[in-house]
Formats: sequence, structure tokens, C-alpha cells
Amino acid sequence: MSVDVDKAARPPQDAPPPMPEPIKAVPVRHYGRWIAAVVVIGLLALLIRAFASGDVNWGAIPQYFFNADILKGLRNTLIITVLAMVIGIVLGVILAVMRQSKNPVTATVAWVYIWFFRGTPVYVQLFLWFSLGLVFQYIDIMPIYKDEWSDFMTPFLCALLGLGLNEAAYMAEICRAGLNAVDEGQTEAAHALGMSQGKTLRRIVVPQAMRVIVPPTGNEVINMLKTSSLVIAVQYYDLLQAAQNIGRDSGAVVEMLILAAAWYLVATSVLSVGQYYLERYYARGSSRQLPLTPLQRAKAKLSGGSNHPGGVA
Amino acid sequence: MTAGKTASKAVPMVKAEGVHKSFGTAHILKGIDLEVAPGEVFCLIGPSGSGKSTFLRCINHLEQVSAGRLSVDGELVGYREKNGKLYELRDREVAARRRDIGMVFQRFNLFPHMTALENVMEAPVQVKRESKAGARERARKLLDRVGLGDKTGNYPSQLSGGQQQRVAIARALAMEPKLMLFDEPTSALDPELVGDVLDVMKDLAADGMTMVVVTHEMGFAREVGDSLVFMDDGVVVESGHPRDVLTKPQHERTKSFLSKVL
Repeated sequence: MSVDVDKAARPPQDAPPPMPEPIKAVPVRHYGRWIAAVVVIGLLALLIRAFASGDVNWGAIPQYFFNADILKGLRNTLIITVLAMVIGIVLGVILAVMRQSKNPVTATVAWVYIWFFRGTPVYVQLFLWFSLGLVFQYIDIMPIYKDEWSDFMTPFLCALLGLGLNEAAYMAEICRAGLNAVDEGQTEAAHALGMSQGKTLRRIVVPQAMRVIVPPTGNEVINMLKTSSLVIAVQYYDLLQAAQNIGRDSGAVVEMLILAAAWYLVATSVLSVGQYYLERYYARGSSRQLPLTPLQRAKAKLSGGSNHPGGVA
Repeated sequence: MTAGKTASKAVPMVKAEGVHKSFGTAHILKGIDLEVAPGEVFCLIGPSGSGKSTFLRCINHLEQVSAGRLSVDGELVGYREKNGKLYELRDREVAARRRDIGMVFQRFNLFPHMTALENVMEAPVQVKRESKAGARERARKLLDRVGLGDKTGNYPSQLSGGQQQRVAIARALAMEPKLMLFDEPTSALDPELVGDVLDVMKDLAADGMTMVVVTHEMGFAREVGDSLVFMDDGVVVESGHPRDVLTKPQHERTKSFLSKVL
């Protein structure tokens, strides 16, 4: 993987020659950029004016921002996102390994699973889980559990299964791509050292695959947060449901939708920051020097030192 | 120079009898017979595609032999023989045998997510269950030995090709192998970096390590090698002492190959 010969690693020459006088020249004027900027700002102003003159009761948004129902909906949205992703990742890893397996039965089953769950809309799948009560009257897991289907399949479980099982199909493909991206020489080197199949996977292949797996998985989390708004279809009380309820009762329909959008934005922004640090962690060793995080850069600036990248490897 | 000549009566370190290897319809090895004595530096040369790397990879079972018998230190590679019947080894048993055979690859194959020190420590800790402290101590010594005592904390991407290959050699030595396999260890290096790697290999040879080396470095073969085999198209064309084969080749194909590389 890393065969490029690193010339930069050699000690730098001592004392660089003194810098001569910098060139002084008239820079090229980019009139096109100015025009484009004016046009864009103008269009933005029109948009803002349109919304300002619209009959939006902006005051309702801060008023309901920390409303108990909204916060409950937000909490449920976050819970369903996290749990559905956990199911998605765990099942996705299993499916990815099954698809790579030499056993044709497990490989085919995994393929069919991915084919079905990726091939049908998640909205339809949610409805399907919700409606299975029409064909199953009871759930009967022989010795352990028996109940009426409608009592068993709560909105929460519908939402969780619908989102989680769908996500597993996507995560399986992401994991498979990650495992395949690791150079075969890595496996050979580990085997040549006498490492077992499992150790090779755990110690050598997976940590390197993570570099490929983490970024798209972060996207999936952010996507899941937004897709979870579809669980309104199975009566699960999420952020959107809460906002709509309030909107219906108070008549501030649009205001509450804007409020929901604002909360989704806050949540996705927080997740993006988390993803940035996770990616950084798994990039160690892949580039010679990791760039500073925004925080480290700010600190370096504040301490007045040069903003030369320090030795963070 | 090495113990090779005196120990030739002992069990050969590597013994190949009529070894064949084919990938599907491609017949790569067409009956290889050779013996590597303990302590010997055994060089394999030949044009690319002649099967020398494939043969090397058969020795530690990265490739499975299609026909013939191949044994390392008296033990059959990849099989157990019982009452005249062959049983395939389980993955666990294959892994156990590989512990005694070090391998150095053309493209280094260092673990990029680990520092040089961690690369060298990995197998002793994970496979031999050595204590971390002990393994770290030994890893430091090994890196010192290959001249990289000051690079222990560097990741492979922060090392030059020659340095990476020397870490790879230290990594293989950490398992204290009885046999070292080198698969064109200097072919991916800048010419000016080749010397450092060859020096480490010479040092190993002087220590009496048994080495099978696939190489294009005729100088190394002549200087350090105890035996040399010229392979072409899946067969051994000519073999003997490096000085004899390189200076007085008997075979037409050997002559034409050497005229191109020397």
C-alpha cells in the first residue's frame, strides 16, 4: 500500500538561502467574480424579503424550541437513529462476512437479503412491518414468547425493524467494500507471520478497512437521522410527529416545520463534527502528517506560535 | 563462510521433489527438484514469469502445491502423512508451521496502521503470546540491528522504501525463524537504497541463517550465495555454485539471460 519512497523524510538542508524581494505586479482583475457575487447576494436578499413579508410567525419558533413535546420527539428520533444504526452495523458486518464466505448457502442468503432490502423503498418496508398484523394474528416463538401480534409490534418496534433491517443492507455493502479495499499483501504478510485467519482479520484487515468504512458510515448515520422522519408512517412519536402535532393544534404549521428543520440541522451538525474526529483517528499512518484539527489550529494561533503543523503523527 | 557446507548431510531445510503448480490452465511450475541445506544462502534467479516467486510462496504455503512433494525441515508443507495417506492441514496447523519461516516481500507489506516498532512486535505478542514489554525490548534490538533504532515510532508511510524493507526484515526475524524467504526484496527500491537492504541480508547470512532469495542482484548472489538456481518456464535449467553458474553458464538459456542482466 505504502510503497512510495519518502524523500521528505530525509533531514532538510540547513539554512535555506535568503528570500529575495517578492515580485510586485498588478494582479489580474476578476470582474466576473464581482458580478457573480452581486447577483447571488441579490437573489439571497429577494429570498429573505419574500420570507420576511410572508405570514410567518417567527416568534413561535423560539417559543416552542424547547417545548417538552418537541424535546420528547427529538429524544425519540435520536434513540431510533442510534438503535437502528446499531442493528444496521451489526447485521451489516455479519452480512458482509456471509457474502464473502466460501459457503454458497450463506453467500446466497446474504445476497438475497441485500437484494430485497436495497431494492424496495424503506417507506414501503415500514408499512409492511406495520401491516404484518393482517396476516399474523399471534407471534409465537415457541417456548419463550407468545402474544397478539398487535401488542408485540409496537410503533417503536416497527420503526426499529423497518429502519434497522433496511440499513443493514447498505452497511453490508459498505463493509464489503472496506474489506476488499485492503491490499491482499497485508493478509499474506500476516499469514506469513503465522497469524490465524481470525487474528489477521481483527488485527490487520479490519483496522485498515475502517478507513474506508467510517466516512460512508458517518453519512449513513446522518442519513438515518433524516430518514427516521418517515417513521411517522407507523405512528412512532418522533421529532417531526411532535412538531406536526403542535403545528396542527396551534395553527403554526409552517413555523413548526421550520423548527423541526432547525433541530435536524443542529443534530446533523453535531454528528458531522463527531465524524471528522473519527475519520482522523482511523487515518493515522495513512498520511505522513495529520493536519491539525480546527481546535488545535485555534490554540496554535492564540498561543502566538507559528501555525506550522506540529509533530502529530 | 556459513555452516552450509558442513551440514549438507543433515535434514535439508527445504526439499522439493517434482513440485508442480498450476493456476487453472496455467502450468507455472513443471517439476522442481532441489534441496536447500541448513545455513545455506540459496539464490533463485530467472526471467519474470519463470515461476521462482511462485515456488518461494509454495514453501510457506501461501500457494498450494499441485503435485509432487515439498518439505521444510523434514515436514511436508500443507499436509500430514499418516499410513501413506495425505491429510490436508487445518488453517491452525498451517499457521503454526509458518511461524518458523520468515518472509520478506517485494512490496514490503508493512502494516500501515502500526509504527515500525508495533510492526515488529505484532507477531511475537499476538502469535507467540510474548509479554508486551519483552517483545518491545526485542523489537527495539532488532530495529537497532537493521540500523533503524531511531525510527521506532515512525509509521511506514514516514519511511523510505529501503527503511520499510529493513523494518520488514526485522518483523520477520522477530519470530526467530529457522528459514527466511526473500521475494525480490530490492526490486521495488531506488538504486541508492538497495545497498542498505543487501547489507542487512549479508549480515544475516554471516550469522548462519538459512535463506532462500529470489533476486535480480547478481552481485549479491555471487558474493553471498552458496548455491544458485536458474529457472525458466517452470523448470530448473541450471544450478550450482553462484560463481560457476554466473561466470561459466553451461546452458544456452542461462547464457542469454545472463547476457541481458549482467
